[in-house]
Amino acid sequence: MVTVPSRWLPSVIAALLVPLLVWLVLAGGGYDSSKALSALWNGAFGSAYAVLSATLVRATPLLLVGLAVAIAFRAGVLNIGAEGQLLMGAAAATAAGLAVSGLPRLMALSIALLAGGCAGAAWAGLAGWLRVRFGVLEVISTLMLNFIATYVVSWLVRGPLQEPTRIYPQTSELPPAVQLPILVPGYRVHLGFVLAVLLCVAVWSFLAHTAAGFRVRAVGAGRSAAENAGGIRTTRTLLMVFVASGALAGLGGAGEVTGVTFALYEGISPGYGYSAIAVALLARLHPLAVILSALFFGALEAGAAAMQRDANVPSVLAAVIEALVVLGILAIDHTRHRGRSA
Amino acid sequence: MSIDATEFLQASVRTAAPLALAAYGELIAERAGVINLALEGAMISGAFGALVGAGFGGIGAGFAVAVLAGFAASLVMAVVVLWLRADAVIAGTAVTLLALGLTGTLYRALYGAQGAALSVPTLAPVVVPGLSRIPILGRALFEQSVVAYALYGIAAVLWWFLKRTHAGLALRATGERPAAARAAGVSPLHVRLLALCFDGAMGGLAGGALVLAQVGTFAEGMSAGRGFIAIAIVVLGRWTPTGVAGAALLFGAASQLQYVFQSLGWSAPYQLFLMLPYALTLLVLAATQRRVMAPASLGLPLSDDAR
Repeated sequence: MVTVPSRWLPSVIAALLVPLLVWLVLAGGGYDSSKALSALWNGAFGSAYAVLSATLVRATPLLLVGLAVAIAFRAGVLNIGAEGQLLMGAAAATAAGLAVSGLPRLMALSIALLAGGCAGAAWAGLAGWLRVRFGVLEVISTLMLNFIATYVVSWLVRGPLQEPTRIYPQTSELPPAVQLPILVPGYRVHLGFVLAVLLCVAVWSFLAHTAAGFRVRAVGAGRSAAENAGGIRTTRTLLMVFVASGALAGLGGAGEVTGVTFALYEGISPGYGYSAIAVALLARLHPLAVILSALFFGALEAGAAAMQRDANVPSVLAAVIEALVVLGILAIDHTRHRGRSA
Repeated sequence: MSIDATEFLQASVRTAAPLALAAYGELIAERAGVINLALEGAMISGAFGALVGAGFGGIGAGFAVAVLAGFAASLVMAVVVLWLRADAVIAGTAVTLLALGLTGTLYRALYGAQGAALSVPTLAPVVVPGLSRIPILGRALFEQSVVAYALYGIAAVLWWFLKRTHAGLALRATGERPAAARAAGVSPLHVRLLALCFDGAMGGLAGGALVLAQVGTFAEGMSAGRGFIAIAIVVLGRWTPTGVAGAALLFGAASQLQYVFQSLGWSAPYQLFLMLPYALTLLVLAATQRRVMAPASLGLPLSDDAR
């Protein structure tokens, strides 16, 4: 008899319900469900190619942005700006990568990734500063910053960073020195996946085992209690969470340009920053569980792409499933209530 | 040059109209204390509903189905937020994601994988004789679809509703101090439910207006963040109907500036103008947050003694 701790029950139920949901939506849409479901499975797990070139590649940015959202939500910071932070990270990594391509590979890559992390951190830090200094709700500020980031990328790829022929709205290809190494020759999964998994472990051990991690959790559990009873300087902790969350999302963007696309263009993220919310919630905001959760959604998105190709089922179906998982978890979870109320 | 200015102003008002409709809905929801990020979902649902409805019974049916579709989206939001007491931000994002995915899936299921360009009839502009010939401003103010005239009318109605009616008072009280409203015999839960339903219906109407007064067809994800823009407009308009109307016009103008620049042959990056209203919203928030404005209970769930 397997027992599941109650904390994980909603996630397990939600994940198990997904095949049923997919089937329901397919049947409702009048599609050939058995053909579509087998395309979904094959696209996600059916072959070495599916796993190593689709599922793991899709899971990599989800790991990082999912982790970014998880750490923010843990501290009660409603960062819905992971999308913008990811875009700024991708833009900065591309700009830095193109500038330092003459350096040795390890150095050039580190600089590009670092630039991406810093840009994401700065973008989220701006929202953090607006919150602690002026009391601006981060829900609104991060949303605004998402739009601004989209236009910044749009401007960069048509302006200062556009490829030399000036025909396509994208940057030049990053030179090999700033491309992340491929993990398995012949497939697309890159070193970014391993780095992202390691970061999940690092964030978990930070939250679980360090004093600063304890402060983050305390602020999330109740800001005034943390401040009054715990003597925690919540302003500093909040700012740190904003910055850390943005850095992770920015790294997600940097990983995409250095590991997958090798160039910056406008549609570089198919909404990873929003999927991240589903990833984080399914993981119950636990950094280690984010690994499983990101793999789950990575597989779903990879499978959905295959389903569109082979069974003519629109891949936006994946968005429906992600949304239903989130709503399902919120519903199963509704007895556990936390936070401020009015 | 004056022709450019005339066209620019007319297009600005036309673009502003759907944004304003959605923002009026969000204004009411936020004055009741709920941030409704599902507005974007209501808008795309409304756009899709307009396509389906117009296919059956013309423009009128299109608007009716649009309102119903937006209403349905906000009902999901209301169940999750008010009844299950989930976090409004997470729930709103999820409902939006759901609506974007469902409309995309249904569109392809109903109208084919290629989504062949379907055109629907659009509202003809209503021209006010004489006045529309006033130089520069005439066509912007007096040669518009009904939707644009609604921009001004609804602002006036909402102003009166919030300031002069008991229901408006109950709404504001719920947004400021739900527990006090409860003590005064108002049910904050019901107020928030009605406010959310109104918001969804207005979002649906705005999505319908996008299709039936502007574009003339549907495309996947065509709301393109306008529901979120409406949320920015409410903030920039400092949670008042007249402020919202002005902010919507500003956003409408900003989105049209790029065409003016193109026609003048200037090479300034148009993205700068597109991002300007968002940056302005942040600035206004930072400059004024400590004083007036945001309803005190905005974004907070109802506590047990306020339900």
